[in-house]
Amino acid sequence: MIPAVGLTAVLAVSLLTLGIGVFGVRVARTTSDFYVASRSVGPVVNASAISGEYLSAASFLGAAGLILAHGADALWYPVGWTAGYLVLLVLVAAPLRRSGAYTLSDFAELRLESRAARKVSSVVVALIGVLYLLPQFQGAGITLRTLVGAPSWTGSVLVAGVVLVIVLSGGMRSITVTQAFQYWLKLTALIVPAAVLLVHWHREGRTTSQELRVSDWVEPMQGEHATYLIYSLILATFLGTMGLPHVVARFYTNVDGRAARRTTLGVLGLLSAFYLIPTVYGVLGRLYSFHLVADGRTDAVVLELPSDVLHGFGADLLTGLLGAGAFAAFLSTSSGLAVSVAGVLSQDVLRGGSDPVRDFRRATALVVSLTLVLLAVSSGVPVARAVELAFAVAASTFCPLLLLGIWWRGLTAPGAIAGLVVGGGACTAAVVVALAGYEAPGLAGPLLAQPAAWTMPLSLFVMIGVSLATAGRRPASVMRTMVRLHTPEHLDVDRGTFDPERTVHPGESTARRDLR
Amino acid sequence: MLIAAMLVLPVAALWWWARRHRGMGSEADRATLRTLHEANRVARPLREGLTETSAERAVRSLRPLLTAPAVALSNGHAVLGWDGPGESHRDDVLTATASVLEDGRARVDRISCTDPACRLRDVISVPLVVGGSVVGTLHALVTVAGAPVIKATHEVADWVSGQLELAEVDRRRSGLAEAELRALRAQISPHFIYNALTTIAAFVRTDPDRARELLLEFADFTRYSFRRRGEYTALSDELQSIEQYLTLERARFGDRLRVTLRIAPDCLTVMVPYLSLQPVVENAVRHGLEPKSGPGEVIVEAVPDGVDIRISVEDNGVGEDPRRIQEALDGVAQADSVGLSNVDMRMRATFGEHYGLVVETAPGAGTKVVMRVPRFAPRAHPNDNVAL
Repeated sequence: MIPAVGLTAVLAVSLLTLGIGVFGVRVARTTSDFYVASRSVGPVVNASAISGEYLSAASFLGAAGLILAHGADALWYPVGWTAGYLVLLVLVAAPLRRSGAYTLSDFAELRLESRAARKVSSVVVALIGVLYLLPQFQGAGITLRTLVGAPSWTGSVLVAGVVLVIVLSGGMRSITVTQAFQYWLKLTALIVPAAVLLVHWHREGRTTSQELRVSDWVEPMQGEHATYLIYSLILATFLGTMGLPHVVARFYTNVDGRAARRTTLGVLGLLSAFYLIPTVYGVLGRLYSFHLVADGRTDAVVLELPSDVLHGFGADLLTGLLGAGAFAAFLSTSSGLAVSVAGVLSQDVLRGGSDPVRDFRRATALVVSLTLVLLAVSSGVPVARAVELAFAVAASTFCPLLLLGIWWRGLTAPGAIAGLVVGGGACTAAVVVALAGYEAPGLAGPLLAQPAAWTMPLSLFVMIGVSLATAGRRPASVMRTMVRLHTPEHLDVDRGTFDPERTVHPGESTARRDLR
Repeated sequence: MLIAAMLVLPVAALWWWARRHRGMGSEADRATLRTLHEANRVARPLREGLTETSAERAVRSLRPLLTAPAVALSNGHAVLGWDGPGESHRDDVLTATASVLEDGRARVDRISCTDPACRLRDVISVPLVVGGSVVGTLHALVTVAGAPVIKATHEVADWVSGQLELAEVDRRRSGLAEAELRALRAQISPHFIYNALTTIAAFVRTDPDRARELLLEFADFTRYSFRRRGEYTALSDELQSIEQYLTLERARFGDRLRVTLRIAPDCLTVMVPYLSLQPVVENAVRHGLEPKSGPGEVIVEAVPDGVDIRISVEDNGVGEDPRRIQEALDGVAQADSVGLSNVDMRMRATFGEHYGLVVETAPGAGTKVVMRVPRFAPRAHPNDNVAL
């Protein structure tokens, strides 16, 4: 293939993203149409923005690669990534929006009335952020290598550089509009080549089960410990979504809890549409690009498929389009994630000086460079697997925190901190082992490869247990907080005003006893 | 490689910790340090005042300080915290605290016990005095109430009283800050009301429809400004009131006033103190553009900036001597710029000292006022019930 097409596409997307990030798309209005300017972002735009930021390297490249390699079992990845929003919709979306929290640390502080819980949450946010950035940078390396044959690290460094410039130059001025645009760009970049390839395949008229090499490919529950591995994957993806820092930050743009629910519903629709396509690539890859399975380069199937099916300039164009979409995916997810994580880090962990802007820049540089270092020492697990490990950590930390925090008034700060530390620690240890490429013998193997099935309940029970043991330390205004989380905005009730700087007065604690 | 890193890190941490804790001096030095450390640990809960939670945490550290078998804190009506054995003596402690509260003097009581294992025979009760009145008692339960332990209990009770006094000061101060905030409640300027009404009056004969429209705008604006509840409002609501305000001003200025709003949609749901932006825009119109002869422009811009958003109000008017703005913000200058200093004080009182207004100006060079608002402030909520 001609490298120029791919290279042009990647550079064009990078420059476009850079331009939008630095100069910004702003709603500019003069007095004539004032009333448009202050109208908030609607659920459709918000849903597109969440989907745009959420669809990462794992969705664009990884899912198809896993389907190509593992068949039916890998379908759980796209299903889980979508179904996570169902859990979010039913249990979390509206209360989270009503809390007014912009980050998960904000939520922890508000609900638990504890600075310590806030700090611990911030560390976990940073951890999840770095784990999630890792596969994005890795995917960029794969893409650039496939497109132009450059060494893997060039792509990773390119994405890291663009993200740094965007964030350091003022931090993505209008994230919502940019990310909403990204969803439609990614969808187009994936759906157009898929349609062309499908038409070509239909004209050729070849499909036999023998050619699909289906012996065990379409059969679910393949391999040792399949039941455990799949249920663990389901738990991680269904429950991990709510703990992703960049997803939570997007919910803030909704006007109220009701809009947050409608947005989540929209996300469910948009993601369901998007995730149909990786399956197409996986199946067509089985027909035309089977050599990738032997080479162990299944992550590249989306990018290589056009040149395996078609020939000439048409194939190059499709590959260029896919490369552009893939880069859009890395850049939007990475920059959104970097902004969220750097915000939390600069606020709670690095806060040294009086200059929040400088803290924010330092935090961004730290997050990006840490990810690059981790990428250099990790052993290159498949992209979708790496993303799933980040989901596992999120499911083992913030999922119990959010669920218990929203639905159980008994959660205390010591309980939450203990759960975050134990669940997050156990899961991170397993993830480190997985990233290092170590495969434990016997039963420990699957337990470490897919830790969510035991770390998530562990964290949940530690939170419940320690909270019950420290029942005396329930936050002073937990009842007010609950009212705030669960009452629709238009109702006129006392929602309380928790202020961390203010100590609890004796009078207030009597009021709390009365409430109980 | 990663595993190697995971092994090296804890070892390094251990080495660093050992280095820090080397050379702590003699046994006496260490004892002093330990006592200071315990005293510090008591201070923190006590600074929250005397409650069940704080007392429970405080007695845990008070017991090693007093070297008594059991220590209790009470508020005169109930035992709030107890550390050590013999909780069956709660009633004895309650009678003791009642007597102390009556005459405000320390006392030592004998207590009888049927439990052969219990070694507690005396309870030393010392009043805790804050602002001249007894607010509670500190009790040490010992086998023999010797002079040293009685003396020690007195010293510790004095120290606890000091901490409680500080807690009272803290509480008063935060109450004061709240009262201050309430006193600073947002107000619309009388100038504006006067100007708006005279402008509308001018239209009543020439263009009655326009006058009616403007009067309705004015009604909407005043309804927003006079609302009784809530300290915070979404930026989108605040912008809407600014639009109403500017519509009225444009009726007065005609084509001389151009307005541009550049608002990133992400910022619209951020909670800002109610009427915090309007006075800044009014300042730009009144002090920047009104004295200017030619046409002028106001640009209101809001962009996300990390975990904050940055709102700027810029005009190309006559500008101002920076020293005068400084004086206005310090509250020394005349009442003319009260709006700006009021917003500045409210912002700093609400979000902290870092969130004051930043004003860039020079004579003839226009004015730019920049304010930062955190996206999340625990107290900010649309319908919170802080009475205004």
